[in-house]
Amino acid sequence: MSEERSKDSPEQAEFRTYCRDWLNQHDAGVPAVRLPQSAIEIMHSEQLDYLRNWQREAYKAGMIGCDYPIAEGGGGRKDCQIIANQEMARAGKPFLPNILGLGMAAPTIHFHAKQALKERLLPGLFSCEDIWCQGFSEPGAGSDLANVQTFAERKGGKWVINGHKVWTSLAHFADWMILLLRTDKSSKYDGLSYFVVPIKSALGKGVTVRPLIKITGETGFNEVFFNNLEITDDYLLEDIGKGWQVAQTTLLHERGAGPMVTPSSGRGGDKENVVGDAYALINLAQNSTRDDKCAADDPLLRDQIMQMIIRQEGSKQGARRAKVAGLCEHPMRLPLQSKLVMSEIRQDCGAVAIDILGAQSTLYINDENAPAGGEWPLAYMNSYGVTIAAGASEIQRNILGERVLGMTKSK
Amino acid sequence: MTQAKNFAFGEDEKMLRDTARKFLQDNLPTDKLHQLVASNSDPYRERQCLWDKNLWQKIVDLGWTTVIVPEKDGGMGMSLVALCALVEEAGRAGLPSPFIATANSSLVLRECNSVAAGQLLGEIAGGKTASLAITPKNGSWRSNDCDVNAADGKLNGSAWFVQDAGKADTFIVKTQTSNGMALYAIPVDSKGLTVVTDAIIDLTRDQAHLYFNNVHVSDKQLLATAGSACSVLNSAEPGILTLVAADICGAGEWLLQTTVEYMKVREQFGHQLGYFQALKHPLVNVMIMIDQAKSLVYNAACAIDSEPENAAKFARMAKASASEVAAFASNRSIQFHGGIGFTWECFVHLYTKRQKHNQVLYGDAKYQRAKLADILMGPVTA
Repeated sequence: MSEERSKDSPEQAEFRTYCRDWLNQHDAGVPAVRLPQSAIEIMHSEQLDYLRNWQREAYKAGMIGCDYPIAEGGGGRKDCQIIANQEMARAGKPFLPNILGLGMAAPTIHFHAKQALKERLLPGLFSCEDIWCQGFSEPGAGSDLANVQTFAERKGGKWVINGHKVWTSLAHFADWMILLLRTDKSSKYDGLSYFVVPIKSALGKGVTVRPLIKITGETGFNEVFFNNLEITDDYLLEDIGKGWQVAQTTLLHERGAGPMVTPSSGRGGDKENVVGDAYALINLAQNSTRDDKCAADDPLLRDQIMQMIIRQEGSKQGARRAKVAGLCEHPMRLPLQSKLVMSEIRQDCGAVAIDILGAQSTLYINDENAPAGGEWPLAYMNSYGVTIAAGASEIQRNILGERVLGMTKSK
Repeated sequence: MTQAKNFAFGEDEKMLRDTARKFLQDNLPTDKLHQLVASNSDPYRERQCLWDKNLWQKIVDLGWTTVIVPEKDGGMGMSLVALCALVEEAGRAGLPSPFIATANSSLVLRECNSVAAGQLLGEIAGGKTASLAITPKNGSWRSNDCDVNAADGKLNGSAWFVQDAGKADTFIVKTQTSNGMALYAIPVDSKGLTVVTDAIIDLTRDQAHLYFNNVHVSDKQLLATAGSACSVLNSAEPGILTLVAADICGAGEWLLQTTVEYMKVREQFGHQLGYFQALKHPLVNVMIMIDQAKSLVYNAACAIDSEPENAAKFARMAKASASEVAAFASNRSIQFHGGIGFTWECFVHLYTKRQKHNQVLYGDAKYQRAKLADILMGPVTA
């Protein structure tokens, strides 16, 4: 109960009390449709509308963008987003749908856009008026992101964009895209530039969005084609040729290692019942059988569940230790592990859950007999999105080996 | 109870730790450690207790033995977090010393609440060394298993796996009595006590078993009265597990950094070894495991000081995680040093052996996870 409270500054303590009171009094209501497991699995507008309404209410109450300047639509507070996140999670509220905007576009715009652009874009991003997506990956630029070939050609004072982005989550709803593209073909890194692009208003006029279907059978991410889309310098972040540096800010935040705390909600509350959480495996085992015995009595399954709980607790305590410089060997050592470690824990929790469920794990989300609504096998399959996206686990290990341990660069 | 901010690791703790790190770097560089403990490689060599007593006296002067002794008993009364930071440095240096055995003794003594225990704590703060003699021959870590009996003011039987026994002035001995388990302080020179040094793999410590043959004891040596010793030991156990886990984290960091440095100098196929992901990625995994264990160590230490209801749970997690580090960091370090890693002259073996000892000490990873499952899931029903 008071676990976090004891560490609060006076401003944080007051804000925590405010958040807790507001969250006690405001409910997102019961959704009329099944909600997806995360924002990047939102398939249709009924799901989006419910979640968007919740984000708007949370923003109006001051719990989103807390640490951004007031002029940019933020709350003008210091170190308060973390408080709002903890309280929203504790209250068990739904997740925030505009995750790519809040987690990546907003800090990138904040650190790199001109003031007028910040003031124009950020309020609508926070309120969920505008959904954002990320135009980074391409068919030929996955782990090797700097190889993007989408090209902007200078013509008559404008940029004319042609190219093909892929694995673009939320593009089917998106109003805006952060777009990494090439403005110079003669230099790999210095030939990259970074724009924000209003894609919804350009649909059918230079932008085409086509859905991709995931291994789960769900939609939620897309291919995006640019065909002679024209854009002005007003939408450029930093200078031409600085795209790779700007992209580092996006990537650092995407991996949970950036200086701005990203607004988040949901996945908290009753951890024993949250699909994907290591502690929920205990409950799952106690309600499953192995031959005619309770699965929770199987010593090998018990050991596997404990391994997952220990890894998850270690990760949680790592986030706590990352704030104590005296207990860290290198300032980026824990932050750069965060995405890698969490995504692999989620995946392995899903794999253990499938072992626990046994024959029941064959039943999927549309089967009325599936334990926990078939969400565990779905979570396992979806977990690959996270071990692959934002730099695959193998790339993360290169980054850690090179930037933190100082070993020579691999190819 | 609440969790302390920043693991209660403040300026005082940092200064203590940084001073210790510098002190050990200056006074016990690894080549000197190797000279000290590994000059004779013969597995049939005479059993010896190799350590630097002058170095130990300097450590006593620095105050390490007073850190967790309560102020009322003449110590500094600092947090277990501060002690963990020191133990991590001892592990990083591969320090042969009675430091950890004595710290474990302090953890037990401060749970005893007896005059005799308070007095011994004061003597430890003044430089006396001690070690726990609480394990039977079969190696059971349970507080209620014991091969020593007390009757008519005399101890008889044996205690095993006594850590750094050759450096201890006093043993804290667990005994069966007609009224349950008790703890006695038995000086090393007691009549009827025989200390038999074990031939162990680890070169950075010694271990022994003790025979008690009508060793006379008086009430002044009674640290925990009959019937109270199990609960005393159970209360101290989370701290003991956490300290050995801290030692493993420090030694693991040495193995990681040493192996990474080798990846930068050794070349094959025209590339530094670190270029090859078959070596780079497992070393990143070693780092991730060390970081997990280290975070769990400081969490456990903090919980022991401020959330006792979570102490056992978090200490089991810390030792389980650390035991995995002990095994994996050692394994990859030897393998990635290649042929040189398999030799006595490569310092990696010193740390590998210390890790293998600590890996099983007070229970390996599977043992800790089974105990943790009993806490979190309840015992197996059938």
